[in-house]
Amino acid sequence: MSWPALYAQLVGANRHSTSLGKIWLSVLFLFRVMVLMVAAETVWGDEQSDFVCNTLQPGCENVCYDQFFPMSHIRLWCLQLVFVAAPTLLVSMYVAYRNQGDRKKLLQSSGRTGFLSSKNQEEELEALKRRRLPITGPLWWTYLFSVAAKLLFEVGFMYALYVVYDGFRMPRLVQCDQWPCPNLVDCFISRPTEKTIFTVFMATTSSICMVLNGAELAYLVTKAIAR
Amino acid sequence: RPFAPPAEPDLESKMNWGTFYAVISGVNRHSTGIGRIWLSVIFIFRILVLVVAAESVWGDEKSAFICNTQQPGCNSVCYDQFFPISHIRLWALQVILVSTPALLVAMHVAHRRHIDKKIMKRTGRGSPKELEHIKNQKFQIIGALWWTYMISIIFRILFEVAFLYIFYLIYPGFKMVRLVKCDSYPCPNTVDCFVSRPTEKTIFTVFMLAASGVCVLLNLAEVAYLIGRACKRCLAGSENESNPAWIGQRLSSYRQNEINQLIADHSLKSKFSVAKKVPTEREERCSAF
Repeated sequence: MSWPALYAQLVGANRHSTSLGKIWLSVLFLFRVMVLMVAAETVWGDEQSDFVCNTLQPGCENVCYDQFFPMSHIRLWCLQLVFVAAPTLLVSMYVAYRNQGDRKKLLQSSGRTGFLSSKNQEEELEALKRRRLPITGPLWWTYLFSVAAKLLFEVGFMYALYVVYDGFRMPRLVQCDQWPCPNLVDCFISRPTEKTIFTVFMATTSSICMVLNGAELAYLVTKAIAR
Repeated sequence: RPFAPPAEPDLESKMNWGTFYAVISGVNRHSTGIGRIWLSVIFIFRILVLVVAAESVWGDEKSAFICNTQQPGCNSVCYDQFFPISHIRLWALQVILVSTPALLVAMHVAHRRHIDKKIMKRTGRGSPKELEHIKNQKFQIIGALWWTYMISIIFRILFEVAFLYIFYLIYPGFKMVRLVKCDSYPCPNTVDCFVSRPTEKTIFTVFMLAASGVCVLLNLAEVAYLIGRACKRCLAGSENESNPAWIGQRLSSYRQNEINQLIADHSLKSKFSVAKKVPTEREERCSAF
């Protein structure tokens, strides 16, 4: 997963964010993506190879692993980060669309009057590319929608994790009686405590991001009302 | 499988830490000299050692953790009991959390630059050259930036000490034992379990703890340095004017900038209109900074 490429995309959209949005992006990348890449992936690396059941029956371990881990935590978190980062691209798309419209207008007006020299025109185009649009009008609606979508995705994925794994705690021992396991067998999960620690950490940072998104929503709404 | 070769730190892991370092070292321009030394210690003695050496040493920590039993599951359970969180993960989290307060300073500097840019635009000096000058301007560590910097160092010290304490709670003593005795279910009775590479792990644990200690000392020295510099400035300043007036003047000019920003937010309709000159606030700003 090419996180640096995603980061490059999001940083471009960052220019038009509020301060809370910028803090959100830093929290996202430092505490979630960074920790996921550097630490969590090694903890879950041997999750299937070290999933051991107290039986010699071939196939029992595979079946039990599949029953208790329909989707690995790591993949869930990767998907969550991708979905949560995507609405920001809506904002960059809208800004690009606005810039294109303004550039067309500028070229048209210069063509009509014929006053602006080519150098002046280039300067104006550069200024257009580098300006920071105020968050009003359609941009405000786009931005509001993107923040609301982020919040929804966060809540959705947190809920999915909670439901699939019955809470944030990883047990040491699960009991499994799927075919072809004979009777009920004990299966042991590798590194359950470390996995619990990282699950709690990622859930905490997710909640912090949710709080930031909620605060950003409130800020946008109050700013609009004040206007 | 018990003697699988240690996992080599892959290129991706090095790249990720590299990106992290690039982000953190952006703050370097606005640090003191001690702050720069701290950053080098963090990068060379902690991140680099972590990536290049320590990860290989701990790579086979679970696969080579062997218990004297054939009972399936006993290895996993005993490993989990004696190593709730691996040293490597603890150190990686420590480095990440300890480095992040530096971003507070970066945010403050970005905020100041933003305000300066707005002021320049309103006084009609918004040419690209002037804006470039603002981007490369180095701010002195005085006033509000001094407080932000101080708070960031104090948080660094707090996080560092907190992680050292957590490390002490989980692994009392820095020595890695060769043999642990385990009797959790499903191990029958008490079994001997053997840890892989205990001496090498002890050496690296001592090294990383020492590097942490050095970082704490550097941070404390930086705190002392900043306080000393501030006192020297106060004493020098009090020769010309009274202290409350000096602080009041700086605070009022900073607040004036905030007020101007609010006005600008409300009144600026189009970025292409020519800004009006406001000479009085410019004078005040120059006298404060």
